Amino acid sequence: MQTRFSFGGDEHIFAEVGEAMSLEAFFKSLFITNAVRDAKIKGVTEICPANASYQVKFDPDQIKPDDLLTELKRLDSASEKSEPVIKTRIIEIPVLYNDPWTHETLMRFRERHQDPNGTDLEYAARINGLDSVDAFIKAHSSAPWFVSMVGFVAGLPFLYQMVERKRQLQAPKYLRPRTDTPKLTVGHGGCFSCIYSVRGAGGYQMFGITPMPIYDPNQNISYLRDFMCLFKPGDIVKWKPIDRAAYDAAVADVDAGRFAPVIRDVSFSLTEFNRDVDAYNSKLDGVLHGR
Amino acid sequence: MAVKVLKPGLATTVQDLGRPGYYHIGIPLSGGMDRHALAAANLLVGNEAGAAVLEAVFMGPELEFTEDAIVAVTGAELPPKLDGEPRETWTSFRVKRGQILSFDFLKQGARGYIAVTGGIDVPVVLGSRSTYALGALGGFKGRKLEAGDELPIGRAATTGKDGRRVAKELRGQPVGMPTELRAMPGLYWHRITEAAGNGFFSDTWKVAPEADRIGYRFKGGKPLEFVPREPPFGAGSDPSNITDACYPYGSIQVPGGTEPIVLHRDAVSGGGYFMVGTVIAADMDLIGQLQPNTPVKFVKVDMNQALAARKSRSELLGRLHSALA
Repeated sequence: MQTRFSFGGDEHIFAEVGEAMSLEAFFKSLFITNAVRDAKIKGVTEICPANASYQVKFDPDQIKPDDLLTELKRLDSASEKSEPVIKTRIIEIPVLYNDPWTHETLMRFRERHQDPNGTDLEYAARINGLDSVDAFIKAHSSAPWFVSMVGFVAGLPFLYQMVERKRQLQAPKYLRPRTDTPKLTVGHGGCFSCIYSVRGAGGYQMFGITPMPIYDPNQNISYLRDFMCLFKPGDIVKWKPIDRAAYDAAVADVDAGRFAPVIRDVSFSLTEFNRDVDAYNSKLDGVLHGR
Repeated sequence: MAVKVLKPGLATTVQDLGRPGYYHIGIPLSGGMDRHALAAANLLVGNEAGAAVLEAVFMGPELEFTEDAIVAVTGAELPPKLDGEPRETWTSFRVKRGQILSFDFLKQGARGYIAVTGGIDVPVVLGSRSTYALGALGGFKGRKLEAGDELPIGRAATTGKDGRRVAKELRGQPVGMPTELRAMPGLYWHRITEAAGNGFFSDTWKVAPEADRIGYRFKGGKPLEFVPREPPFGAGSDPSNITDACYPYGSIQVPGGTEPIVLHRDAVSGGGYFMVGTVIAADMDLIGQLQPNTPVKFVKVDMNQALAARKSRSELLGRLHSALA
């Protein structure tokens, strides 16, 4: 994998690790951006990992653009020799799939969808060769996902499914974007899932909703008091399908300030993961549930 | 001391020089779109250059002052009126307790900066008082102003003086038609043909109605022709799609190859559209002063030219500081 570098004007260096999405490209982006952060390079103001690329913003009055480029290229080649292991977190996100709110929204924007006669879940199940919505929900929630990028808007995670490419769920975006998406909708576009951190426009297929806030600019939510955004690139997410009663109970817990998300520290090795994906994922599941 | 909002204007927000350091989780810089004009307004009233001011777009607010104050309005030619009496832009003036500051129709530019001695004293969130409305963050309650809001004003470290003025040559406003925006080709430039690349820089574009703090859209140039490819996994099938990546400030994305969008201070931090290059930092202020329908040409520059432009913009700010010291 040869990284392609380009200047984004006089204040950014943009690095495309891979044209296509892959766990390897994501991992390298994450690894290098961590190294850039640790290197504490003078004049660097923003370090942003993305799915298969990354970007560094800098002040050219403090560091010459070519000097920073040389330094990034050095870190890029050094990363080849490093063991692909990261210390990260695994977070359980409860999801009410097929919920009434995204259902109402998807019906409202039906004429913008590829399949005006079905729902987003029915459509996604069919084009992924699954025979029912339940089978699709199982495929979506059984393996964990990497937070491969946080952004677009504040705190919104892009998630990449941790399975072999042939098993990865894919779905196109809406034909024309919606002007509305409920807050905390679990969406999917291309090979990425996401959680909409704020209500607003969107083009991803809508599968469900989580009761668990992930962005709180007022920092009233108990687990967002330290920082207003829950996710960091490199976090691992496991969806937990829940029913309406559990959803309502979770919402009440959030409102009462007693909702405690399940978050565990974990070390992830890409080499071991690639050796046996299913075994590694079930080991991650064990960490999540304290087994 | 406070300022009461009688009428909010179209989209008036509290802004300072922004909130660096959180772009990796989707929280953009924010801050004044025309930073030079913002600094000028502050220096006129005796504030630090980066104090919080009001940014009004296309239409000014109506404000009542609860105490005497020194005020300055810079940026767009949005003529201020005090109890109905005209006042000059780019010139500090005295406001007495109970007086009402309103504005005449916009004559030129797009965004006016209203500074008050002491600065707008909303809470500092993640190091800045700037409003990021999409994320309901910072500023006054995370949103644009509404009638009935009361804006706290900070205690001034110095007393402002009235009658101070910024000379025309220190204002740094867009000149000439069409407005020239210098840009460095790059990022996914290789995705379009050579002819399309030449067309992009030779065509005259016009600011589209969809122009706000997130980004400015342009229309009227020829659609860009793509170099054929097999869509990479994760990118999407449209030739303008990429595997979702970071968007630089000033980057020029062209969804579907038709209408370029230049991302500005409230940029979405990333997404799935290819970009042909980036408007240089020195010209970002100018974009904030463009009205819809303004003709614009993108001018191709290299890094050395971008750095020279940056130096000359920073010298202009230096001269502004000296003039108002």
